[in-house]
Amino acid sequence: MSTAQQNAAVPAISAEHLVRRFGKFTAVNDVSFRVEQGEIFGFLGPNGSGKTTVIKLLTGLLPLTSGSAQVEGLDVRTDSESVRERVGYMSQNFSLYDDLTVGENLQFYGRIYSLEPARLKRRIDEIIALNNLGPYFNRLAAQLSGGWKQRLALGCAMLHEPQLLFLDEPTAGIDPVARRQLWDLLFELSGHGITFFVTTHYMDEAERCNHVAYIHFGKIIADGTPNSLRELPEVQPHGTLRVEITTPEVTRALRFARHIPGIRSATIFGQSIHALIDDHFDLHELREELLKNGIAVAEVRPLAPSLEDVFVELTNRHQAMLEAGSA
Amino acid sequence: MRNLFRGFGAVFYKEVLHVRRDFGTLFFSLIIPLLQMVLLGFGIDTNIRQINTIVYNADGRRESRELIDRLRNSDTFHVIRYVDNDQDLNDAIIAGRARVGVKIPVDYSDRLLHQMTAQVLVLIDGSDSSVAGQAVNVTTSIGLDESLRRVLPDRSAFAVDMRPKLLFNPDSRSPNFFLPGLTAILLLNVTTFLTAFSIVREKERGTLEQLFVTPVRPFGLLLGKLLPYLAIGFFELSLILTFMRFVFRVPMHGSVILLAILSLPYLFVSLSLGILISSKANTHAQAMQLAFLTILPSVFFSGYIFPRETMPSFFYALSYLVPATYFINITRGVILRGAGISHLWTDGLALFIMGTLLLILAARRFQKKVIMA
Repeated sequence: MSTAQQNAAVPAISAEHLVRRFGKFTAVNDVSFRVEQGEIFGFLGPNGSGKTTVIKLLTGLLPLTSGSAQVEGLDVRTDSESVRERVGYMSQNFSLYDDLTVGENLQFYGRIYSLEPARLKRRIDEIIALNNLGPYFNRLAAQLSGGWKQRLALGCAMLHEPQLLFLDEPTAGIDPVARRQLWDLLFELSGHGITFFVTTHYMDEAERCNHVAYIHFGKIIADGTPNSLRELPEVQPHGTLRVEITTPEVTRALRFARHIPGIRSATIFGQSIHALIDDHFDLHELREELLKNGIAVAEVRPLAPSLEDVFVELTNRHQAMLEAGSA
Repeated sequence: MRNLFRGFGAVFYKEVLHVRRDFGTLFFSLIIPLLQMVLLGFGIDTNIRQINTIVYNADGRRESRELIDRLRNSDTFHVIRYVDNDQDLNDAIIAGRARVGVKIPVDYSDRLLHQMTAQVLVLIDGSDSSVAGQAVNVTTSIGLDESLRRVLPDRSAFAVDMRPKLLFNPDSRSPNFFLPGLTAILLLNVTTFLTAFSIVREKERGTLEQLFVTPVRPFGLLLGKLLPYLAIGFFELSLILTFMRFVFRVPMHGSVILLAILSLPYLFVSLSLGILISSKANTHAQAMQLAFLTILPSVFFSGYIFPRETMPSFFYALSYLVPATYFINITRGVILRGAGISHLWTDGLALFIMGTLLLILAARRFQKKVIMA
């Protein structure tokens, strides 16, 4: 079997029942998921929910308490060194050496992976071209702005041509334009078969992933394509409808809406309210009901749930379940 | 083997760049020890001379004045004032104006004349032990000498003639005693701090975490960090030795090459110590505190200032765990006593073993608690 075929057959990551405890605290609790080759896998969750810990488990930095994981077909418990050889990692703070130039940072990481001088030179040229870093080649990393630092960090992480890249909050603290450019780059690279494991807080970024998972208190509570998650029965229970109510008086409307029978839940989204209502509740009736109470309603229309809706809904359910469990 | 040291070349390359970029830090870390050396070398005299002395001569006749002259001529005492009552004598010592008070009683000359024992009261401030000890010794021996002179006018008749001969440092020059020891402390200072900081800096910036996700192995990382600073330590040693030889005129009785070779295991120990510190400390401030923790025992228990032989047995045993103890024996041995490898190889070996143990310990600590989640 050729390498290409083998890669196609083997998932980029296959994690089964990962558990990691720190003393009494369970940071990662029975986490299983699978990432296919070439996917952009978005790994979401609030701060402290265990995202970074999962990355550390998958790269062999932290030993597993129990469970098993294969990365690029290699067992992280027994072969973490080969795993580290094949994956790239970019940490939250773009761990670059500030007092080294762009070129020297790349040189350093290239040498770390023992690239042959000729290949290293070729790769540095490629990375520089890909990230448009040319004009900054001799500049100290400290003098780069956030977006350029992030490009350089990404360049350092993929110098050794890894097939799988872990990006831990790659867009935290960089401007929107740089954010957009990074995602364009990720799509381009994923088109060449590179797999990305990306953690993020931004829902718009999550929407762009092929595959997302949401971790809450060390447990994965959602896993699938963005579209399949939107159709989850927990998110869109049978007999309900999700609507968007546009109104200039969102706060007053929300207070009132929560008392209307037939509205199951309601949350403010900018200049509108997203509400989950009983599907026999007529939209016109709802509009009348609000108008009758002196709330100027511009529009009421059905809405597909956003990923944010999905995660809010699932988090609330999981939270309630945890509280019920501990009570 | 190749694999165990994976990443060594890359880390070494990067570390050299850091050092070159941050030339200011390097310059200061090399210059400050030299300044310390100049300060201590010129400023500190371990020989006790010219102790401030106050005299109450109640007698005042020729014999008593001769005795005072003999005290003054000893170079140990410096008479700052004459008083004429006990109160003033006591006050001067309590106030710290004088360390020693000499009272010659009113009947001193009379008793000598009548072949009776004449007493002289010597009050010594005991708050500084080395000054007090010297004052006791010198006054006692002047008294003894004076007595012998009266009993045996012909000195050749002495039954026993002790002839002490001061080896290696015949003029008892302080720099000769002081600077070889200081070398050990300064080297420890520079190298421990530099290595500890170079790793703690990576912790603070998060680059260490990044490195651990690469195939770099702990030994590769640590050796890559260690070697550049070993070179710096070595350079610092040459500077110190040059200063010692040509500014302070400390003679070099042994082989410089031997000293250089034997300094390698010592540098290795202090660098490993720096690495061990950085495995514990997460910030510059913590690293600083821990580094001081290692430097103080090196100053006090290594024999650098206080002789090890006078330490209580527990601390004497402890001094064997202080790397500077061995290196001070090496520096004083080579520089002053002209010792060769046959005299010093055990010290070198002890240092090498210590360094290896420390480095293994540091590497294990790194491997174990790589990163906290």
